Amino acid sequence: MALPKYTETRYRVWHYFYITICSCVFFFLIAPLFVIFPLSFNAEEFLSFSEGMKNLDPDAFSLRWYKDMIYGTKNPWGLAAKNSFIIAIFATIGSVILGTVAALGLSSRHMPFKGLIMATLISPMIVPLIISGVAIFFFMAKAGLAATHTGIVLAHIILGTPFVVITVTATLSGFDHSVTRAASSLGSDPVNTFMKITLPLILPGVISGGLFAFVTSFDEVVVVLFLAGLENTTIPIQMWTGLREQLSPTILAVATCLIILSTLILVTAELLRRRSERLRGINR
Amino acid sequence: MSAETKQILTTDGIPLEVSLKKAERKNKIKAFLLVAPLLLFLLITYIFPIGDMLMRSVDDKMVTQMLPKTFKSMETWDGKELPPEEVFEAFYLDYKKLIEDKTFGKLSTQLNYTKNGFKSILKKLQRKMKKFEEGNYKEQITAVHPRWENVEYWRAIKRRAPAYTSAKYLKGMDMYVDEEGKIVSVEEDRRVHRILWLRTLEVAFFVTLLCFLMAYPIAHLLATLPMKYSNLLMICVLLPFWTSLLVRTASWMILLQQQGVVNDFFVMTGLVPDDARPEMMYNKTGTYVAMTQILLPFMVLPLYSVMKTISPSLMRAGKSLGGTPFIAFWKVYFPLTIPGIGAGCLLVFILAIGYYITPALVGGASGTLISNQIAFHMKSTLDWSFASAMGLMLLAGVLAIYWVYNKLVGVDNIKLG
Repeated sequence: MALPKYTETRYRVWHYFYITICSCVFFFLIAPLFVIFPLSFNAEEFLSFSEGMKNLDPDAFSLRWYKDMIYGTKNPWGLAAKNSFIIAIFATIGSVILGTVAALGLSSRHMPFKGLIMATLISPMIVPLIISGVAIFFFMAKAGLAATHTGIVLAHIILGTPFVVITVTATLSGFDHSVTRAASSLGSDPVNTFMKITLPLILPGVISGGLFAFVTSFDEVVVVLFLAGLENTTIPIQMWTGLREQLSPTILAVATCLIILSTLILVTAELLRRRSERLRGINR
Repeated sequence: MSAETKQILTTDGIPLEVSLKKAERKNKIKAFLLVAPLLLFLLITYIFPIGDMLMRSVDDKMVTQMLPKTFKSMETWDGKELPPEEVFEAFYLDYKKLIEDKTFGKLSTQLNYTKNGFKSILKKLQRKMKKFEEGNYKEQITAVHPRWENVEYWRAIKRRAPAYTSAKYLKGMDMYVDEEGKIVSVEEDRRVHRILWLRTLEVAFFVTLLCFLMAYPIAHLLATLPMKYSNLLMICVLLPFWTSLLVRTASWMILLQQQGVVNDFFVMTGLVPDDARPEMMYNKTGTYVAMTQILLPFMVLPLYSVMKTISPSLMRAGKSLGGTPFIAFWKVYFPLTIPGIGAGCLLVFILAIGYYITPALVGGASGTLISNQIAFHMKSTLDWSFASAMGLMLLAGVLAIYWVYNKLVGVDNIKLG
């Protein structure tokens, strides 16, 4: 932002002060993530920069902790990663199906008690996680689903659906209902209409809701802490245990992989958001 | 002309009005059927269990069920003097049954909660009871230990008669019901829960304030910069938003530890001597710093989406009408951003008030919040009814905040990024 030449000095000073503050805040937001990168290549067992690393000595860097993450004998990361992906994928599928169908009903103008039902459906997002955790634990314990994959998947469906409901309802708000009416008048049955007409049009919203649900499940600790047994350990649980007991550089290697994963998800989500906005005609 | 001819009929001879109503009803049912699966699922797995928490938190049937005869015989006892023989007999019979079922230990734990000193005298009674003779139980029981002659212990038993109790809620606020049935606070040095509630509110408030102060300028910058720059900067906000909470907490643990990067930097610049590195983790500082950074995107995104809709010509108009940039900002721009401020503050405050993971990892003993206490009772002491009571108190607080916010700003203004 270049300032016009006639700007008074005090506003000029103020402007540079404002830019400095903004830079500091951006630095505060993003810098902590980048500390993890170099330290995960540390050749030593410390979590601070060694003298060698400060002098950029190549011997001070190694892939030791990445090897440990993958091949380490005592390391539960393999099992944790497998569990995390299985749980997140099933939870996402469940959330997307339940959430999309519910969003279709919610955006119908015939829907009775819309406000109350919407509030109920998004309540898992509003209620603090610790309370959701306690409530879901009580249910799963009664149903005999504690310490099972099924129980954790169901719990994550509960936490993930609000995101799908919100994003799909938002996409449907700009949806032209005359196209579905046209399809029906041409003799298509409702399921066919949904698959061939509605779904392709709302797909960006569905996918970005699904991404939210995936990340929610993949990153969720509080509820899993109550529900998981030894067999159901997930990546966040392993990180939680590791961070509580002993900070080992292997965690940093895992964290680096997670940052890369989240970057990929961010890029996908952003592309989808732009596409969906274009379809809804928000950006001109 | 008769009334029938005025009515418009559809081709199959049904009046149009009836036909339309039928179609309307059909649509309503169709819409509801679409929502039904999710609604049912959430009701069963989520909403009812929250109700179950409520039941657990007030449930006190355990003692009621263990001493049924005693409580029945106590109904007529006024509690002024030692109870009559029939109460002693009923208590003897109840306790004998518990010894046979081997569940008497639970009773002594439960009664000891109500009044200290029950544990030993119940144990003594259990040993002596084998030699009890029939009849005159009052004499035999009081002979076991002088405390059985103390009417206060019998009053304590009677207090456990109701099947429902508010004791857990009172405990959550460091209060209890004393011998005379009055609600009183515990001694000042034992008020742990009040400290936690206040600390939770304090941390949530200051984290919200810090987030607001940091988010406002950058949201403004993002909203006013040209697209190609702002998109790049937006990544700085969105990448942390999408990154795992534990990864971000881990990076703060690395930064803030005593041999960490921040301390190294302080030593390098000569701000602090090497042997007096300040402790920035495992205390409130750690909680503040980490929570602010983690919750900052939740403040930036709503602010940004509101600021994006404010036309820059408004500020120009304000300035051209004679206002200095500061006055134009304060009188024109700032009021327009209030819905965004409201949404961001609500979001951050509510997330902060229920925060668990970050305080547990970087908070140490002085930086933990009410959620940590709930988790502690769920996992360690297994006092689930107390955990439920505290959870519901927190939930009531959150709902109250929503209600106030809805009155002031309207929940519809909340947007997801």
